[in-house]
Amino acid sequence: MGDAGRPLARDLARLLVLGLLGLLVLAPYIWMVAASLKPLDEIFRASLSLLPERFAASENYGKVLARVPVGQYLWNGLVVCGGILFFQLLFAVPAGYALAKLRFPGRGWAFGAVVLGLLVPPYVPALPLYVAFSQVGLLNTYAALIAPFTISVFAVFLFRQFFKALPDELLHAARLDGMGEWSIVWRVVLPNALPAATAFGIFSVVAHWNDLFWPLIVVQGHARATPALGVLFFRSEEAGDDFGAMMAAAVLMTLPLVLAFLLAQRRFVEGIATTGLKG
Amino acid sequence: MTAPAALAYLLMLLLPTLASLLLAFTDYELGAAEIAWVGLGNFEAMAADRGFRNSAGNTLLYVGVVAPLSVLGGLGLALLVGAGARGRAFFRAVFFLPVVSLTVAMAAAWQYLLHPTIGPVNSALRALGSGAPFWLSSSDTVLLSLAAIGVWESVGFNMVLFMAGLASIPRELYAAAAVDGARGPFDRFRLVTWPLLGPTTLFVVVLSMVRSLRVFDTVAVLTQGGPNKASEVLLYTMYTEGFTFLRLGYSAAITLVFLAAVLLLMWVQTRVLDRRVHYG
Repeated sequence: MGDAGRPLARDLARLLVLGLLGLLVLAPYIWMVAASLKPLDEIFRASLSLLPERFAASENYGKVLARVPVGQYLWNGLVVCGGILFFQLLFAVPAGYALAKLRFPGRGWAFGAVVLGLLVPPYVPALPLYVAFSQVGLLNTYAALIAPFTISVFAVFLFRQFFKALPDELLHAARLDGMGEWSIVWRVVLPNALPAATAFGIFSVVAHWNDLFWPLIVVQGHARATPALGVLFFRSEEAGDDFGAMMAAAVLMTLPLVLAFLLAQRRFVEGIATTGLKG
Repeated sequence: MTAPAALAYLLMLLLPTLASLLLAFTDYELGAAEIAWVGLGNFEAMAADRGFRNSAGNTLLYVGVVAPLSVLGGLGLALLVGAGARGRAFFRAVFFLPVVSLTVAMAAAWQYLLHPTIGPVNSALRALGSGAPFWLSSSDTVLLSLAAIGVWESVGFNMVLFMAGLASIPRELYAAAAVDGARGPFDRFRLVTWPLLGPTTLFVVVLSMVRSLRVFDTVAVLTQGGPNKASEVLLYTMYTEGFTFLRLGYSAAITLVFLAAVLLLMWVQTRVLDRRVHYG
């Protein structure tokens, strides 16, 4: 497998099949972009031509930008994903380090709790969390969107596995230099954990940028809506059968993460593959 | 060192999960003044509830279609993409693209694609002289249409996992199999690839089932369980019971069924893993 020197002719059948399958997978993107450029009457004529006879991009995209706060949605997505990732790393890196390298009473239990937590899908604690947030008046806030995900047992687990492989000499040397455990975590351990942290970060951002379930529960109205919620709002409130504008909205909200993916394709694939166990 | 994580674990995971477990045995409704212990009442109601049985059946059918197709598709793509260096990175990116795309937005794109009258899929079918199904708006085809979107969404994810599994198979084994008389790609696959891929395959199968069990976004965006509850699925039923009808006790009981299904799958995985798949 993977013999690069194979003559093109023998590779042709494979590339042809892959090309057809690739077109099939890309079809929704192609039609989405095409429809976002077409005026409504052309869309309703249902012709199979991809190129519009009259470009209506400014109409469609203008409609989206005028009717819903796209910038606000994207900003909310950024704040929520950034906030979640920040707290996940802040909590999970020291915990993973302690579980991997420090001896303390109850360590076995703590690790057991982590493994147990891995079994619980996020839908299970959702109902009581919603009741609690509504009791303390935190619905429709960034806090409600971020707080439930600040603890990632998966991240704790991942970092513990990763830190176990760190040489003890490195830590001893840091201690001999008079560093406390906390500064060891942030100044010695974390820089060494960057590959794991990047992989986890990509996984986390993709998961929460795309999440609909929790934002749908705790957010009403545009002010705190994430991109996923924004598309839903636009679809039900504004667009109706206006597919051109709908597709323009879809393009705008999908674009940031897809662009990031295209720029750092290998990191994304490896990040998701190594952290894919979480599902 | 572990204190912040422990506190967040307690508040955001452990206590709410326990509360969910307790809630499942009560008749709690949001805003109700009283709350009563009903024992297994919610589960008995569920067993008698045609809506729930329909929802559970739909979910099983969805998993039964999406999991096998996305596993086989993922394996096929991994073999095909990995079979040569040419175009490898490009096609890997193409098939992986749906994994990183905003599900809600792509669901909207699919809605246009599958629109009965103006959708390109039906335009193409009409041009070919074939009938034009109603896809998402007919109770006969809605679940299959959602399943097709589900496969589209997850096949690239499985491909990447399989590619990692394939990369870990030692090359020498293919040479050894050739010496032992293995001829052609099918022999190589049957004698080396398939058995050595065992642990990866098991992992991908279980993961695909768990992932498809959680189908929610496409249903919430495209069908809201309709038409005629033909696309009502477990998590969507849980969502409407809890957040539309505010019957939190009943909703928590559905969550528990969902959790039990996930745990069962993981238990099967560990059992099978202990028993047989011991290669690499």
